[in-house]
Amino acid sequence: MTTTVLPTYEDAVLRYEPVIGLETHVELGTRTKMFCGCRTEFGAEPNTQVCPVCLGLPGSLPVANRAGIEATIRIGLALNCEIATWCRMARKNYFYPDMPKNFQTSQYDEPLCVDGYVDVELDGETYRIGIERVHLEEDTGKTLHVGGSTGRIHGATESLVDYNRAGIPLVEIVTKPVPGLGAKGPEVARAYVTELRDIVRSLGVSDVRMEQGSLRCDVNTSLNKPGEEWGTRSETKNVNSLRSVERAVRSEIIRQAGVLDSGGRVVQETRHFQEDTGGTRSGRSKETATDYRYFPEPDLVPIAPDPAWVATLKAALPERPSVRRARLREQWDLSATDMESVVNAGAVELIEETIAAGASPAGARKWWMGELARRANETGVELSAIGATPAQVAQLQALVDAGKLNDKLARAVLEGVVDGEGDPSAVMAARGLGVVSDTGALTAAVDEAIAANPDIAAKVRDGKVAAAGALVGAVMKTTRGQADAKTVRELILERLGAH
Amino acid sequence: MSELTRMTAAQVAGVIASGEVSAVEVAAAHLDRIEAVDRRVHAFLHVDREGALRAARDVDDRKVTGPLAGVPVAVKDVVTTRGVPTTAGSRILEGWKPPYDATIVSRLRAAGMVMLGKTNMDEFAMGSSTEYSAYGPTKNPWDLGRIPGGSGGGSAAALAAYEAPLAIGTDTGGSIRQPGAVTGTVGAKPTYGGTSRYGLIAFSSSLDTPGPCARTVEDAALLHAVIAGHDPCDSTSIPQPVPDVVGAARLGATGDLTGVKLGLVKEFAGDGSEPGVAAAFRESLEALVKLGAEVVEVSCPHFEYALPAYYLIAPSECSSNLARFDGVRYGLRVGDDGARSLEEVMSLTREQGFGPEVKRRIILGTYALSSGYYDAYYGQAQKVRTLITRDFQAAFKKADVLVSPTTPFVAFPFGSRTSDPYQMYLADLFTIPTNLYGGPAVSVPCGLSEGLPVGFQVMAPTMADDRMYRVAAALESAVGTFAPPEL
Repeated sequence: MTTTVLPTYEDAVLRYEPVIGLETHVELGTRTKMFCGCRTEFGAEPNTQVCPVCLGLPGSLPVANRAGIEATIRIGLALNCEIATWCRMARKNYFYPDMPKNFQTSQYDEPLCVDGYVDVELDGETYRIGIERVHLEEDTGKTLHVGGSTGRIHGATESLVDYNRAGIPLVEIVTKPVPGLGAKGPEVARAYVTELRDIVRSLGVSDVRMEQGSLRCDVNTSLNKPGEEWGTRSETKNVNSLRSVERAVRSEIIRQAGVLDSGGRVVQETRHFQEDTGGTRSGRSKETATDYRYFPEPDLVPIAPDPAWVATLKAALPERPSVRRARLREQWDLSATDMESVVNAGAVELIEETIAAGASPAGARKWWMGELARRANETGVELSAIGATPAQVAQLQALVDAGKLNDKLARAVLEGVVDGEGDPSAVMAARGLGVVSDTGALTAAVDEAIAANPDIAAKVRDGKVAAAGALVGAVMKTTRGQADAKTVRELILERLGAH
Repeated sequence: MSELTRMTAAQVAGVIASGEVSAVEVAAAHLDRIEAVDRRVHAFLHVDREGALRAARDVDDRKVTGPLAGVPVAVKDVVTTRGVPTTAGSRILEGWKPPYDATIVSRLRAAGMVMLGKTNMDEFAMGSSTEYSAYGPTKNPWDLGRIPGGSGGGSAAALAAYEAPLAIGTDTGGSIRQPGAVTGTVGAKPTYGGTSRYGLIAFSSSLDTPGPCARTVEDAALLHAVIAGHDPCDSTSIPQPVPDVVGAARLGATGDLTGVKLGLVKEFAGDGSEPGVAAAFRESLEALVKLGAEVVEVSCPHFEYALPAYYLIAPSECSSNLARFDGVRYGLRVGDDGARSLEEVMSLTREQGFGPEVKRRIILGTYALSSGYYDAYYGQAQKVRTLITRDFQAAFKKADVLVSPTTPFVAFPFGSRTSDPYQMYLADLFTIPTNLYGGPAVSVPCGLSEGLPVGFQVMAPTMADDRMYRVAAALESAVGTFAPPEL
């Protein structure tokens, strides 16, 4: 293809309407695989969590994992879907070495859940994203190309396959095409995946970590001129973070606008998102796509969820994350922006638990969004894995409220907690931190400071009360910051008769 | 030949249980017989002498008891056996040793049975003569110039040649019953889901059914009872108690069928059965009437579509089931020279690893499932299947069992039907409807035509396997058993 001049994003969305669709895969956190009893732990030695069934050895047969079906139904219910009363798994036939049977057990025209929606909030607007279907399938293994410089098959001397992931239950969530988003398209796409992630996480059925691949996203994008029919879509894979979802849609809008501007035709194809450039690269063309020859899986019996059971599952769904967020925002008295940063920092549960452990909303938020968030950012760990628990943070705040720690000391104590030195009280004791409240010792320090700074003391005696600050500083220095500045100030003024 | 190899399985179990002979002596007698005749018969692809003797010693040492403890059994090579080569009669699995036992094999072992080895078969159970085995055909002990039936010709011939008293077969369209018919042995296809498929290398998942092969009806029932019953490893396995097949066989052997209604399928009459086959069938029917049975005519109008429906469903499923044989993980790998692409290696492996009939069916099935053709072929065939099931259900309202010849013709000479696949497919004309329905059916020897055995088929409703054993045993009591000439 010849190089086309790319329009700016603003220009592209001025002239073209994007239609966006998302296919999201969620790897379920079931203890065992979908069709056998193998474990599903992430990061195990290659090919150690395998058996005749997930290796597809001749003669082996699948048996469905009830937990996987239940989790899929709960996801469907949380996305306002209808649940099938009878459906079947299907075989998707194609040859690929990371697929042990050369067919994937999936669902085709009889998905477990259909026709739902998710409401997504963005900048005070609500966007309703239609859900086409939610279905259950098995994951494939992973192919590793070694010997080359790129890790891709090209130039590799050997290809190795790890089947640990093969057979782990995977839920595919497909949206209906979403038109009419205009320039907001990329952000809404990101907000949708974020909302979906939060919903799935609230159900406790997956850890939904994009960086570990337990949440994977394919983005479909097409452009059309206003009033015209929808254009040909591209499917972008390898979109591995929330940020990438937004970037991928944005770059596809720009790329396709460039193609259309130059009189070209958008090709229906699979493209791969490039994390480094933020663009997409052409993959295999769907026009010569494989015929998957779907047919009902004869080795499995149909799935017929009892409506009474489904009703029980529905009744037991947790509060929707968006509803919960609105409730908490009100309870915590936060602005929409402040709440959004709490959500983005992954601090909602942490703050909630800290409050439950006795802290005030403001106190709890202050530590998690301040000191701890900064520390998490610096060390590159998730806030929830920082090493301080909500109970510890609540204790810290209680010590501050009781006047036993000042702000500066509290930060030092928190550092000790994060470094694994124990609870705040233990860190205080071990590091010798804590406000000096013994007035005798404090008075001595004050007298010492007055004696060492006669000029300043004279000024204060003469009524220049503001000069007392220097004396306070001196006292704080000798007490290594362990005094309450307000108390020190009062003591100084009292000793110098400046009241 | 040792007397031990002439005995029925029930008799062998009896002499072992009474301490008259040891399980090791029984195993050795059969291994010797295999040694003596199998070069000519070629019933076995692999004889596990060491494993058999070890298992027999174990029975003797631990005094394992049970109706078939110590009795030797041959297993069709499509069933996985831990550490023992399992090829499914195909080049593509040459040398593969499964790391696990099929459920039915575990049950044989748990019952103290002694596995002699693996029997020959048409590749991946596709065929009616064993001529499609990648390792050469099995000969019919009645006439070494003729086929032993298929796909389970090895298991049936091993029985007829007195190499084993019992064998395991698998029946997708008649692969237990048709070999039974042409070798003068008993072959029973249980209700689909009555015996576990776990460890049975799949040909057509919705049709494959493992079952017993024996020289007498009682022996078949005894083996049936050992292998049948719910298996949590097979989702399609039926969680219900196994019908009392042994009791039914013994009841039938008393020769009283008073009040039993035999349904004669109208559409099977005038069907192209050989005259000798038709005659033997008619005489057997008369014999059953003498035992008190009543013959009623039933109509199964959709049976005429069974063969075409079968040849869409079975190849479709097989095209998917056999996709895993690609040289990547196990078995044959061809052309992996470091220069060829993965796709080329897969392609060469399958080109050289599969024989002509398997390729024919993979191509048929791939076509039938392809987008745009699915509804016209696979979808339509499934509808026919439903109609055939309804035919059976309606017929069983009028009759307790349905009866027919097992196969239209006696054992045919090698090479006489390989040039025209359709002529080969006709061998399963009477057996296939049952597979599409899922019910049980048994073939029992009923006479000879020009010196070759003829089989009589009894079909019963699903999970009424006991009924077919009763009728088959009654027929056996009336007509006797049939032994081939000395080899």
